[in-house]
Amino acid sequence: MDVQFWTYLLVGLTFALYIGIAIWSRAGSTSEFYVAGKGVPALANGMATAADWMSAASFISMAGIISFAGRDGSVYLMGWTGGYVLLALLLAPYLRRFGKFTVPDFIGDRYYSRTARLVAVFCAIFISFTYVAGQMRGVGVVFSRFLEVEVETGVVIGMVIVLFYAVLGGMKGITYTQVAQYCVLIFAFMVPAIFLSIQMAGNPIPQLGFGGTTPGETVSLLSKLDGLSEELGFNRYTEGVKPTVDVFFITAALMCGTAGLPHVIVRFYTVKKASAARNSALWALLLIAILYTAAPAVAVFARTNLLNTVKDANYKDLPSWFGNWENTGLIAWEDKNGDGKIQYTGRGPAFEKMPDAPKALPAFQEDEQGEKVRGSVGQRLLKNTPTDNDNELYIDRDIMVLANPEIGKLPNWVIGLVAAGGLAAALSTAAGLLLVISTSVAHDLVKTTFAPNMSEKQELIWARGGAAVAVVVAGYFGIKPPGFVAEVVAFAFGLAASSFFPAIILGIFTKRTTMQGAVAGMVVGLLFTASYIIYFKFPQLIDSLGIPTMANTTENWLFGISPEGIGTLGMLLNVVVAVIVSRVTPAPPQEVADIVEKVRYPRAALGEGEEG
Amino acid sequence: MSDSAKKVSKDARDRYWRSNLKWLAGLLSVWFLASYGCGILWVDALDKITIPGTGFKLGFWFAQQGSIYVFVVLIAIYVVVMNRLDKQLLEGKGEQ
Repeated sequence: MDVQFWTYLLVGLTFALYIGIAIWSRAGSTSEFYVAGKGVPALANGMATAADWMSAASFISMAGIISFAGRDGSVYLMGWTGGYVLLALLLAPYLRRFGKFTVPDFIGDRYYSRTARLVAVFCAIFISFTYVAGQMRGVGVVFSRFLEVEVETGVVIGMVIVLFYAVLGGMKGITYTQVAQYCVLIFAFMVPAIFLSIQMAGNPIPQLGFGGTTPGETVSLLSKLDGLSEELGFNRYTEGVKPTVDVFFITAALMCGTAGLPHVIVRFYTVKKASAARNSALWALLLIAILYTAAPAVAVFARTNLLNTVKDANYKDLPSWFGNWENTGLIAWEDKNGDGKIQYTGRGPAFEKMPDAPKALPAFQEDEQGEKVRGSVGQRLLKNTPTDNDNELYIDRDIMVLANPEIGKLPNWVIGLVAAGGLAAALSTAAGLLLVISTSVAHDLVKTTFAPNMSEKQELIWARGGAAVAVVVAGYFGIKPPGFVAEVVAFAFGLAASSFFPAIILGIFTKRTTMQGAVAGMVVGLLFTASYIIYFKFPQLIDSLGIPTMANTTENWLFGISPEGIGTLGMLLNVVVAVIVSRVTPAPPQEVADIVEKVRYPRAALGEGEEG
Repeated sequence: MSDSAKKVSKDARDRYWRSNLKWLAGLLSVWFLASYGCGILWVDALDKITIPGTGFKLGFWFAQQGSIYVFVVLIAIYVVVMNRLDKQLLEGKGEQ
């Protein structure tokens, strides 16, 4: 049976499952809509958190990024898992004891200020929107690659599904669909990983396999890959080229950002008590770690397979996946020396970027009928100007996961499974983010700020309406992605790290931090981080303001820290400002000291019943 | 029982919070050493060692595998420790 059949079957089955769960777990109250009635078991919440957290980027792109970056890719592995230690130890249990529904709730009450709450709401909505647009795009991309529908159609199908279960079920519906989505995505990621590990290392456990040796050879996989990379002019795979200071700061920004992301934090409001919040953080990281420790193995297998396949190969003799992915535009080959063979080297991109493109992406020639124009051996011809180095090949890093089953000659059902897994990863994250947006609008803005006397029924209508509008806006961004989205997603972390994260930590661990201190800290951290990122990432904008621009390179960066890592410095600034301002402003009122007491100890220790 | 009788003494609560902070300091130090230490700052030095029987250079392994395993273990330890501290605090209530 062919790939199409399997893909339709597996995607159809999983979608039917998600819809079934949504109908079964409709939300009846605001508490169920926002936090699933606070009755989610720790293991289920761990699975939901893991699915919520692992997005299209984790599933599709991360192994590919590592595969091209080698050891420098470790920042994502450590950054996106290490944050859970901070969550479990410093945030989740305390926020759960505080109760209520959202991060802005905590910020607003702890810092006895509507301004602080509004700053937090603004951050939450901004971070979630930048993030969700990328997810909807991911849904569209998976649909277009595997089911051969237009990206737009794919996005609309995704929107309808998410709309259905997010609007109907709220957090309760999302939680139980995410449990199912976790199972689908982890299975879909691990099956090809295990197949490849057996093929290439004779070991069914990928985490061990990539440190092994291909049966019948004497040199380990990693040394072989190092040698092969060096031979082709790439860096040795297991050695880094990024400066240590930058690696340090990027990792810290990703860790603290992870711990400060509102859609992750809110998951810990859904369990029964603080100890369950700790337990579910443990489950979440354990379940996430399965994928995150397998991803670097997949990266090594895929990279080795790829280099071995294309190295000095005749274009005509290449396996069919090469042509298939060339047709979708994720592979491009410019036969510079006209020998009909692929030369793939690390001495620079194969072609110049098009004048209107942000980076060197391939632009293919088409005739008047829109048909692909092909060269002497059947390759697609490009409009881009060739560069003068000897590299002829462009490969999009996303295909390292998507094409892996084909490259590894795995059975067709595995390919269909990867499609279903990619969709599960994108949909689960999108739903979690949409819920944060709808909660922020209905609960934090409308109810708390503008209409405190609203009935629960009305609030629920606002929440459902907010979710519906957010889905449509996110879908629109998915179909017509504004150029800045891709650039901005990575910075959601920097912004979360420099705003929420320190404010919450200081709020729990100090009693002296005042409203003025926290607001000043958040504003300074956010402004500093945002301006640094905008300065280096959007030079046209800076130029139009009449400010002299500088290239986004190491020499120009402050202390050698890239825009990706600057959130860490923003966070330190936030803390320093918050502490200094708090010292010179009047101490917080007694109610605040009571809130801090309340989050530090189990509820029973304060004589407040069994919960907590 | 009235609310005040259920309440744990301030001393006991302070002790609970101090042990929590001590554990946090200890666990976060390990967190820092495993990731920022072994995975970033000393990675090149550790790379001179290869884990016997495998192709893993030690620094590379810490950066892409070991640190993540350490994170999981750290949370597991914290879960156990805090459950014990919670229990001690609540069972010891009313002793003073």
